[in-house]
Amino acid sequence: MFADYSITELTSIFAMQGFAGLILFSVFVLMALGLAIIFGQMGVINMAHGEFMILGAYVTYLTSSLFAEYLPSVYGSYFFIAMIFAFIVTAALGALVEWSIIRHLYKRPLDTLLATWGLSLILQQLYRTVFGAREVGVTLPDWLMGSYALSDSIEIPINGLFVMGLTIFITVGVALMMQKSRLGKQTRAVVQNRPMAAAVGINTEKVDRMTFALGCGIAGIAGSAFTMIGSTGPTSGQLYIVDTFLVVVFGGASSLIGTVASAFTISQAQSTMEFFLSGSTAKVLTLLTVVGILMLRPQGLFSLKIRR
Amino acid sequence: MTKIQAFIGRYQLSHLLILAALLLVVMPLAMDIFRLNLVGKYLTYAFVAVGLVLCWGYGGILSLGQGVFFGLGGYCMAMFLKLEASSPEQTAIQSTPGIPDFMDWNQLTALPWFWEPFHSFGFTLLAVILIPALFAFIIAVAMFKRRVGGVYFAIITQAIAAILTILIIGQQGYTGGVNGITDLRTLHGWDIRTDSAKYILYFINAFLLIGCLFAARYIIKSKLGRLLVAMREREDRVRFSGYDVSSFKIFIYCIAAVFSAIGGAMFTLQVGFMSPSFVGIVPSIEMVIFCAVGGRLSILGAVYGTLLVNWAKTSFSESFPELWLFAMGALFIGVVMAFPNGLAGLYQTYVEPRLQRFKKSSDPALASDMDALKTAEIKPNKTKDTESAAEEYSHAGNQ
Repeated sequence: MFADYSITELTSIFAMQGFAGLILFSVFVLMALGLAIIFGQMGVINMAHGEFMILGAYVTYLTSSLFAEYLPSVYGSYFFIAMIFAFIVTAALGALVEWSIIRHLYKRPLDTLLATWGLSLILQQLYRTVFGAREVGVTLPDWLMGSYALSDSIEIPINGLFVMGLTIFITVGVALMMQKSRLGKQTRAVVQNRPMAAAVGINTEKVDRMTFALGCGIAGIAGSAFTMIGSTGPTSGQLYIVDTFLVVVFGGASSLIGTVASAFTISQAQSTMEFFLSGSTAKVLTLLTVVGILMLRPQGLFSLKIRR
Repeated sequence: MTKIQAFIGRYQLSHLLILAALLLVVMPLAMDIFRLNLVGKYLTYAFVAVGLVLCWGYGGILSLGQGVFFGLGGYCMAMFLKLEASSPEQTAIQSTPGIPDFMDWNQLTALPWFWEPFHSFGFTLLAVILIPALFAFIIAVAMFKRRVGGVYFAIITQAIAAILTILIIGQQGYTGGVNGITDLRTLHGWDIRTDSAKYILYFINAFLLIGCLFAARYIIKSKLGRLLVAMREREDRVRFSGYDVSSFKIFIYCIAAVFSAIGGAMFTLQVGFMSPSFVGIVPSIEMVIFCAVGGRLSILGAVYGTLLVNWAKTSFSESFPELWLFAMGALFIGVVMAFPNGLAGLYQTYVEPRLQRFKKSSDPALASDMDALKTAEIKPNKTKDTESAAEEYSHAGNQ
């Protein structure tokens, strides 16, 4: 399949597809970070995670419309405000969901999966009723338009670069938070030994709620970033949920580095193969490989060595 | 009769007979053929739900990919029917007569090799059972031998459902793509679209379902059934007692797959087509909810649950299409949170004690049967005692 192309063409193809893969990687990482926190730390499967992401996207869309309507002079900076809004709204919804549904189901992880699936159906229909079934998109501000020409045949879109920068920033932020902050330390303590954490005075219920809200909030930010590279519809979130779960499981559920590494592998494999094979074949091959590797190494690429 | 009673349990047998009477006598008498055909379609999902009761309710293995087996069974049957419907005479207008129409549209000039054996009905019947069973066996061996379970297994089965759907849609020339295999007409020259054929297929379907229920009941009553419950509750202890846990799991998963596949094949026969929309993640999870609504520990409950949810779906989505998804979502959340044992659980808590009071002469066989059911029940709200603390501890350690 490489024979039809010259060396320089191949380099350009790999560079461009690699970059497209990096954008996919950004979406995967942002979504998977939230999932990895919720699944890896709490053992809860949140099937509505895609819908939380889409909620963030809709909040961003609303904010951008508001800016375009009332504050057109500062439209260029709407994104930062929107991102904060998206985080707050999704985190609040996350906390509400944890309080009303998830906390009753911690002992039955398989049932959280069904309950959150029900939640995702409700949210999807809610979006459809409120925003309509058609996909909506935001108008990018001028400074994010256009692309940066690296060479004659390699062009890099600026919005993609921005999304990647954002991804790195948030990933580092989350990693620091889990390692250094009070909430992060408490979360890890609760994960490692719940009764002992409670015994030394950690309010485990509150930590659970904060962790869940944080995971959902990151999904909201992912949704914000998602508006820069695609349009938003009521069911857009569902397209990514299986892939993201595979990313999390493949990376080893409780390891952030693993999540990033597996998101990188999967997105690069998929986008490079997409150019040479058809999109569906590329996807099937990627997923099959991941499932195959998981069969050989069920604990994922990076896993904490703990006694079971 | 006494022999049957012995292995089904007298108490369950009467319930099974009520269901059989409902399916075989009441429904055909009360409904016109259109409605009856619809019920027949719902009953094909009940096969999947019964399989899920075995592997999820009893074995604790939640598979979110049962649509895969339903689809495989259905596609096997559809391939046979499609080949019969595309004989050279009937497809004379195509550029290559004798191959299914969608292949012709996709510029295929010869029948792919894996379609060839489906000319034979005997092979098709075998394939309906064996292909899904083999597939389930491969998945199960790979997973359970390495002790992958719980949510990991659920996610991986879900991924497999996604993979198969993408594959079927992507390989349009070989599988009919997103439309599926449509326009199925005859089975050995017997037109399956006539009313009389629909009646006959309905009865075949109902008998097969009752057969599956007998088989499922037999499994539950056997030692294997007890072991499954033990494994669900404390897998390690069963392993330490010297049992090979994984082989039981593999077996029950294969049984569930075979049930689903029979359902899929009957679906194709009764509805007259098969498409990827019955294979993917969404239908697979919907089938889990049928089982959950009926009661994940009751094979009969699963049948009633399937009928009820589908009936509600049809009537709701006819009149309020927007509300249906809300109702479905609320159903998921409500059933999981408030009634983890579904309709069967409600029946056992509220209706049955009253029935018992009517029957003064309760015999010991009946009582022991009742006890067996109660011990298998899932307790929705465990109190915070030492055991649950220990469980939490091990739960945290498993992460």
